[in-house]
Amino acid sequence: MIKSTELSKKYGDVTVLNIPSLEIPKGQSFGLVGNNGAGKTTYFNLLLDLIKPTTGKVLNNEIQVNKSEDWKPFTAAFIDESFLIGYLTPEEYFYFIGELRGMNKADIDTFLSQFKEIFNDEIIGKKKYLRDLSKGNQKKAGIVAALIGNPEVVILDEPFANLDPTTQIRLKKLLKDLTVKNKTTLLVSSHDLGHVTEVCERIVVLDKGVIVKDLETSEETLKELETYFSV
Amino acid sequence: MIKHFLNFEWKQFFRSSYWQKSIALNILMGFLALYFMLTFLVLGISIYPILKKQFPESDPLIMVNGFLFYWFLGDLVMRFFMQKLPVLNIKPLLILPLKRSSILNYVLGKSAISFFNFLPLFAIIPFGVILIFEDYNTTTSLIWMLLMYIFTLIINFLNFIIEAKSAETELSFLPIIAIASGLFALNHFEIISISTALGNAVNAIISNPILIIIPILVLVGLYAMNYAELKKKLYVDGSLKAKADVATTTDLAWTRRFGDIAPFLQLDLKLLWRNKRPRSSLFIVVIGLFYGLAFYPNPTFQNLTPMIVFVGIFVTGIFMINFGQFIPAWDSGYYKLLMSQNIKYKQYLNSKYSLMTISAVLMFVLSIPYVYFGWKILAIHFAAMVYNIGINSHVLLYGGSFNRKKIDLTQRAAFNYQGTGAVQWIIGFPLLLIPILFFYIPYKFINFEAGVITLIVLGGIGIVFHQKIMNFITKQYLNSKHKMISAFDQNN
Repeated sequence: MIKSTELSKKYGDVTVLNIPSLEIPKGQSFGLVGNNGAGKTTYFNLLLDLIKPTTGKVLNNEIQVNKSEDWKPFTAAFIDESFLIGYLTPEEYFYFIGELRGMNKADIDTFLSQFKEIFNDEIIGKKKYLRDLSKGNQKKAGIVAALIGNPEVVILDEPFANLDPTTQIRLKKLLKDLTVKNKTTLLVSSHDLGHVTEVCERIVVLDKGVIVKDLETSEETLKELETYFSV
Repeated sequence: MIKHFLNFEWKQFFRSSYWQKSIALNILMGFLALYFMLTFLVLGISIYPILKKQFPESDPLIMVNGFLFYWFLGDLVMRFFMQKLPVLNIKPLLILPLKRSSILNYVLGKSAISFFNFLPLFAIIPFGVILIFEDYNTTTSLIWMLLMYIFTLIINFLNFIIEAKSAETELSFLPIIAIASGLFALNHFEIISISTALGNAVNAIISNPILIIIPILVLVGLYAMNYAELKKKLYVDGSLKAKADVATTTDLAWTRRFGDIAPFLQLDLKLLWRNKRPRSSLFIVVIGLFYGLAFYPNPTFQNLTPMIVFVGIFVTGIFMINFGQFIPAWDSGYYKLLMSQNIKYKQYLNSKYSLMTISAVLMFVLSIPYVYFGWKILAIHFAAMVYNIGINSHVLLYGGSFNRKKIDLTQRAAFNYQGTGAVQWIIGFPLLLIPILFFYIPYKFINFEAGVITLIVLGGIGIVFHQKIMNFITKQYLNSKHKMISAFDQNN
């Protein structure tokens, strides 16, 4: 589904990302881990054509992302708070995204009803603008918005950060269901090794922009990752 | 301690990317400051000789004192819109081992040395010095100067109290306008002659210096009030916390008829209404609408036909220019979302174009009553509207593709140049001046009708080729997409 070849990004002399080849098949749940500055967000930004690659290209479903905009209809992402429109209420934001993805208000209302538990009565119908919600609730709204319209590719940067424990557990279940039921290609990054091994069937470790490990998740994966990072 | 505070202040000023990035803007602000200083200086030097010459029988000092009321009132209103108590910066200081009282005194003391308090000195000191040379009692002059400075500080601290109170009541600038116009009306219609009362009070103080204790007490009282007010709020859930507005949800169902640009149109309308900075561009529209009244009633103006074009472009285009200048920076806060969502760039830009077109038509309709001052005005306003829709709106959109400045929507607007780059300044003038030229040439060499028709035809060409032009503009935006994203990602 997503294929990057000879992909690299340099700022001045500093190479922040250098991936000769990486292919993520359709329906895979793909986890990206690495310390600060490893290049996780850079990679996601490149997938979304938010920054220009220095060399190489990214193909999303055979569409080169910086050549055509046709990957947008089936791709959704939540990278950070700048994906939220602060002066809208969460409902208005969902309706807006829904409209861009061809869903009307009623569709969105039905869609949102399945997230009642995650929202925990703190998001819908609160007469608050997104900019005034707490960080955790902003994150919930952003993640849910990224799932609107059953996109084939979902990219989430650090989805578990800032969430309360209950929501973390619910989100893990939700993300697992997503790849199993809908055949969604899911890309997440995380600093929490436990979460990412639980959700993802494949885990790639980045260090200073280079892939150092590419693992099929198994019983031993968490141990292996912990050993790697505890150095 | 004060040493550290001053050091922070210095660093905050010079390390802001504001200062480092837009030297042009700082030069402009510098010129503006210089201009005001010079104006006050000239005022301070010239007012004595002028009054002496015009009213040889009266005492200039007494006359000046009689006018102080208007100065103070104007000062108060101006400060309300431009000066703000910088409380938000002190959040990191709260948990450090500092006495709350020294933080408070620092914040309040700092406001006393603001530019607004120095400016009046440029008028006060020359006038006072002239008084001494003109054989006034030296003590009288010195007391007068001191008194004026005390009044300046009183206004300074009074303003913060008014600001705090109006922020609590959610009425924004209505109270200050009500108070100021109320006082002005009371005085103007001589119900209570405040200006005379104030003049008499000042006269009494300078002839009896011991009375200066009264304004000093007022100043101390106001300082104490500010201190108490701030102290209550020096908690992170008090004024240090940004205020959460109660959200009002609106449907805006009528936008549906605009088809696929409807979601963006709704977004733009909410943007305009729910954020401080763009909301003030709506208020500017009201000012713009009455702009014509400053010129048209004047009979000499009727002969300056090309100037009507200027007013026409201004009246029908004020929203367009105000809003259009900052496309797409209005959306800079969530630009990454727009760029990765299922959006065609052209749709997004078309929605902005529609909003500008609607505003131009609406402003023209609202300006129809100007026909009272002659049918020529109406004809020119119509031509100006067509020109704005066909040419200026496209120019603005094109200019936007060079926009690299983020706008923080929650900041207020007056004298806030955030988001303005050199390009925006350069683009502003041709928008207003070039149509005058287009009108003037045929007007001069053929006749009035030819000038009007030229503008309409030019605008018409823009409207006919709208699709083609938009394709070109869209390409420009796509080319600078990554530069914009990275620029909007940086905080000022």
